[in-house]
This record gives sequence, structure tokens and C-alpha cells, in this order.
Amino acid sequence: MGEHHGPMKGIKRWLFATNHKDIGAMYLWFSFIMFLTGGFMAMIIRAELMYPGLQLVDPNFFNQMTTTHGLIMVFGAVMPAFVGLANYMVPMMIGAPDMALPRLNNWSFWILPFAFSLLIIAIIQSFLGIADAPNFGWTFYAPLSTKYGPASTDFFIFSVHMMGVSSIMGAVNVIVTIFNLRAPGMTLMKMPLFVWTWLITAFLLIAVMPVLAGAVTMMLTDRHFGTSFFDAAGGGDPVLFQHVFWFFGHPEVYIMILPAFGIVSAIIPTFARKPLFGYASMVYATASIAFLSFVVWAHHMFTVGLPLAGNLFYMYMTMLIAVPTGVKVFNWVATMWKGAMTFEVPMLFAIAFVVLFTIGGFSGLMLAITPVDQQYHDTYFVVAHFHYVLVTGAVFSIVAGVYYWLPKWTGRMYNIGLAKLHFWSSLIFVNLLFFPMHFVGLAGMPRRYSDYSLQFADFNWWISIGGFGFGLSQLILLWILIEVCFRKKGEPVSDQVWDGAEGLEWTLPSPVPYHSFTTPPVIK
Amino acid sequence: MTEQHSVQQANRKLIKKLSLIVVGMFVFAVGVLPPMYDAICAITGLNGKTANEAADIEDAVVVEDRMVTVQFLADTDPAMPWDFKPNIFSIKVHPGAIQKVDFHVRNPTSRLIVGQAIPSVSPAQATPYFKKTECFCFNNQELNGGEEMDMPLIFYVDPGLPKSVRTITLSYQLYDITKSTEKGAPLAAN
Repeated sequence: MGEHHGPMKGIKRWLFATNHKDIGAMYLWFSFIMFLTGGFMAMIIRAELMYPGLQLVDPNFFNQMTTTHGLIMVFGAVMPAFVGLANYMVPMMIGAPDMALPRLNNWSFWILPFAFSLLIIAIIQSFLGIADAPNFGWTFYAPLSTKYGPASTDFFIFSVHMMGVSSIMGAVNVIVTIFNLRAPGMTLMKMPLFVWTWLITAFLLIAVMPVLAGAVTMMLTDRHFGTSFFDAAGGGDPVLFQHVFWFFGHPEVYIMILPAFGIVSAIIPTFARKPLFGYASMVYATASIAFLSFVVWAHHMFTVGLPLAGNLFYMYMTMLIAVPTGVKVFNWVATMWKGAMTFEVPMLFAIAFVVLFTIGGFSGLMLAITPVDQQYHDTYFVVAHFHYVLVTGAVFSIVAGVYYWLPKWTGRMYNIGLAKLHFWSSLIFVNLLFFPMHFVGLAGMPRRYSDYSLQFADFNWWISIGGFGFGLSQLILLWILIEVCFRKKGEPVSDQVWDGAEGLEWTLPSPVPYHSFTTPPVIK
Repeated sequence: MTEQHSVQQANRKLIKKLSLIVVGMFVFAVGVLPPMYDAICAITGLNGKTANEAADIEDAVVVEDRMVTVQFLADTDPAMPWDFKPNIFSIKVHPGAIQKVDFHVRNPTSRLIVGQAIPSVSPAQATPYFKKTECFCFNNQELNGGEEMDMPLIFYVDPGLPKSVRTITLSYQLYDITKSTEKGAPLAAN
């Protein structure tokens, strides 16, 4: 092996990338492109729902939009964004020179564009009127996706297989890196919380992504090879699909929120200028949430006809999750308590995260109550709930993390005025978008329809305005990123960047050199 | 150099363990969960599926002072062109008493079709107590174009049925399985 001093030139740098920073950056840009793509679909959904009646698209196309919006946002935007942040930050936070398995890392990224091409080909075919895209909802319940699924369901199945392979390899890489490449003296209980939450997330990923792969494999054999896992005519049971799917699906929602907890736990102490309150309890709370996520899946299925004992078990287990989550929210608030707080852009997003994620948590607690859920099930109340935890939860934390670490990555401070505009317009519009969904949901508006009763009309008009506003606000972020990353605009920043920031990444120069910690740092 | 070597060895060991979890979870999803689900449902009757074999006629005592209403539903899959309906829609029985009812089917098309009826009992806690001694759902049914027939169901309600259950609904969904019988694919009886 010869010495190499920097990146390869041109496109080869990206195609053959093994550097964790290059791969992290590619993951983040990929997820941002997917975020805008999925957002565009949400705009179509909201445009159709702005007024009652059918005006823009036919119901079948509407269903394809809700399905692919969900799939792209979950698997294309949120998950790769967290993997990107893990790639970029975990080695720098534990004093490692790179990820442990750089070539595997390259592969797990480059599978993703192919996986999503498959899905997007199906959507383009639908745009051109050639064939239907998947139209059965992102949860792809059998028999909608098996017996009644369009031909493009097979594109979807292989796409999910590839995303799964990518996620599993990414997770293996994170675990091996954290276990084997920590700098001497970096004990497990000294690791930053972002590293801890990602370690636990990675274990969730390797435990449940194979279950998702199993679910789509059984769909495939049911569709084409004469098996009857989910086909009642052949002795199977469609409800089995829901059990398998949610056995994957519930840990999956924590996969999308645990790294968010880690990011917020890094940002709040920095701008409150106090160490994180209750570090150890944060670690144990994260682990308990991960453990409980395996025994609550049937709370998505309270209306399928579970026995009373089953309904009660899943109800109590679900409510139990509020305890470790409450510990976390308490710790964040306690960290801010009597701190010398300042409100830089990452802190604004982090505080919004704490408040709005907690609202999503409370509506989740309402949904956990079985008899109540039987009324709320499949209404816009559920849509409001999971958008509060995923948009103002996961997405806000990712944006907070980007605003927090971007100056370290690029060595330049972004346009703070524009970033504040991005924050405030996002905050106002996202609440206009999702808060009234609670009301129409409680009033009985069902989800997944392209039309609704007249009494929901005014609220839906406001919801759509909120949707367009929130969608357009994200173009401000796009512009901020283009300015800093490509047009190289912005004031140079110090190595410390934020004066309250602690952690190994701030001991590195800004911008971070291509190779960092080639000799392990000394941990005090 | 040796330190790098030992890290690589440790990596390899860890990757092996993690891959084992991955493979194990895939096998769990495809090979363990479905049979486990079927077994749990067979024991508890949770998904309303009745046994696919004839129940023994026990010398069950007929409980004269209790009445249970049994309702019958007959539906066809959208792809199944047969007409299918129960000859009576509801009947009152004493637990333990053996009862025969007929379901009527007609094949309005001009081609041979093989049908398979799938039963489902509601509420689920009644499933283990709904005993069939003879049922058309134990086998598939063949009808030539234009043919019709009465299909018998002989059943009794086990006297152990929980007191809270006063009405049992038995629903049949009829599927067209002509294609899979032609292919010679093994037919699950239920």
C-alpha cells in the first residue's frame, strides 16, 4: 500500500469512495434529494386534498402518491440521513481514523441509488400512464399487495430487498466500528450519546431488517411461486402479514428516532453550556426503548380482532414506553434548566424538537389506549401523530444536526439569517400542516382517501396551505447548502465553532481534514 | 502492523457473529413466525379458523336449557363467479345437539371450476367450540358449467362454549382454485 495524500480526482472519488466523510456526505445529499422527491409527492397529495371532490388526480394515482411518499420518506430520506450522520460523525466522535469496513461502506451506499431507481421507475411509468405504481399504502398489507398488487409490486419488492441489504451492511459497519475502533480510554460509558443511540439503532437494524426482507420474500413467493403465506384461499392468513410487518415496523420507528435523541443530546448541552443531565439514565432509557419496541407491535393492530388479553398486554407495554421516553424529555429540560442558554439555529431546531416530539409522544399515548384507538384507527389523528414524531421529530433533529456540524464539515459558517428564516417558516407551517389533522382525525376523517366529506373542507384548506409553506421552506435549506458547499460562501469558522461544544470532533481543524485521527487522540 | 492485524481479526469475528443474527432473524421471519402463528391460532382459535378435520361425535349431553344462535354467511371471492348462499341464514341450537344445514352453489358459467370454501368463526373465542363432523370445506368442490348442488355441513356446538357467547357467526368465503389444481400444486385442505 502506497501512501495516499488525498481524494482521487473527479467522479472516481465518489464511485470508489472509501473515506467515511465522502460516504457520509453522499448519504446526506442522497437523502436530501429523496426528501425533496417525497416532498413533491406530498405536495400533489395536499393539492388534491385542498378542496373536497376530485380535481387534480384520479384516486388510483392518489393512492400511488401516498404509498411512494411514505416509502421514499422512511427508507430514502430519514434512514439514509441518519446513516450519513453516523458515517461522518461516529469515527470523529470516538477517535477512529475511519469506519472499520470502508469497502463495505462504499457498497452499502451505492446500492441505494439502484434500489430507489427501481421504485422511481415504477412511479415514472405511472406518470407516463404506462402502468400503475405500488398503490397499497407504505405498509403494503396483504392481500392488497399480493393478490391485488399491480405488476410494479415486484419492482417494489426487489427495491425493499436492496434497501434492506444496504441498511444491514451499514449497521454491521457501525457496530464493528464502535466496538473495535474506539480510541484508547474511550470506554463505552464515555461515548457521546449520538454514538450510543446509533449503536443501539444498529442492533435494531440487524434484528428487524431481515424480518422485512422475509415479509417481502413471502409476498414474492405468494405472488409468483404458488405459496399461500398470506392467501386465505390456500390456507394462509392475511393477518399474519400484519404481525410480520409490524414485528419489523415498530422497531423501525425507533430506528428513525433513537439517533435523533442522540443529536439533540449533543446540541442542547452545547447551547445551554451545561453537561447533559443524567447521561447514564439516557443510555439505559435508550436501551429500554429498544427492548420494549419488540413487544408492542400489535398496538398497530387493535382493530383486527385480538383477544382481550392481547389487547391489554400490548396496551400496557406501549404505555410503558412513555416512561423511558419521559426520562429523556426530563433530562433535556433539566439540561436547559438554569443553563446559560443561547439560541443559535441548531438550538432552535433542538428545542422545537423537544416540544413538538413530545406532542407526538402524547398523541401516541392516546393511541396506545385500546378502546380509544378503535375510534382513532386509520383516521387523520394517526397521520398527525406519526408526522409529529417523524417530521418535527426525526427530520427536525437531522436539520438541527446539519446546522450544528455543517461549519465543522465545510469550515464555513452558513448564512445565519437565512437559516433562522428557514427555522421560523418551517416551524409555523409545519404546525399549520399537522396540528389541524388532529381535529379532522378526531372528527372522523379517514386517511388514505383522495376525497372527504364537506365538513372537513376548511381545515383541509389550511392544512394544504401549511403543506405548501413547509415544502417551499425546505428550498431555503437547499439554497443555504448550495451556498456553503458548492459556492464556498461564508465566514471561516474556528476549530471550536460553538463555544460550549464538547467532544472529540471539535478538537479537529475546521474544515475537518480528509484523514482525521490517524493516530488515536488521548482521552482524558 | 501486528496491532492492525489483531483489529482485523476482531472485526472478522464480530462480523461473523452479526451475520449470524441477520441470517437467524430472516429464518425466524420466514420459517418460524408463520408456523408459530398457525399453531397459536389452531390452539386458541384466534383467527376464527375451525379445524380442517371432522370432529368426533362425542356422546355429548345436549344442554336443553341453553340456546345458541348460529348465523351463516356465504361470500365469494371477486374472481369466483359461482352463486353461493346458505339455505337458511340463522338457526337456534342447543349446545351438544347435532345439526345439519345446506349451502347452495351454482356455476353460472359454461366451464368447469374448482372451488374451495374457507371458514371463519366469529367471535374468535367460540372457534374451538364449533365442531364440524362433516363439511364441504374439508375438500374442494368441482362443478361443471351450469351445474348446481347443495353442500352439507353437519355440526354441533360444544357445551363448553363460554357463557358470554350467545351468537356464533360462521362465514364461508369461496375461492376459485381451478388454476392451482391444474398446476398440481398441493392443496391445503383449509
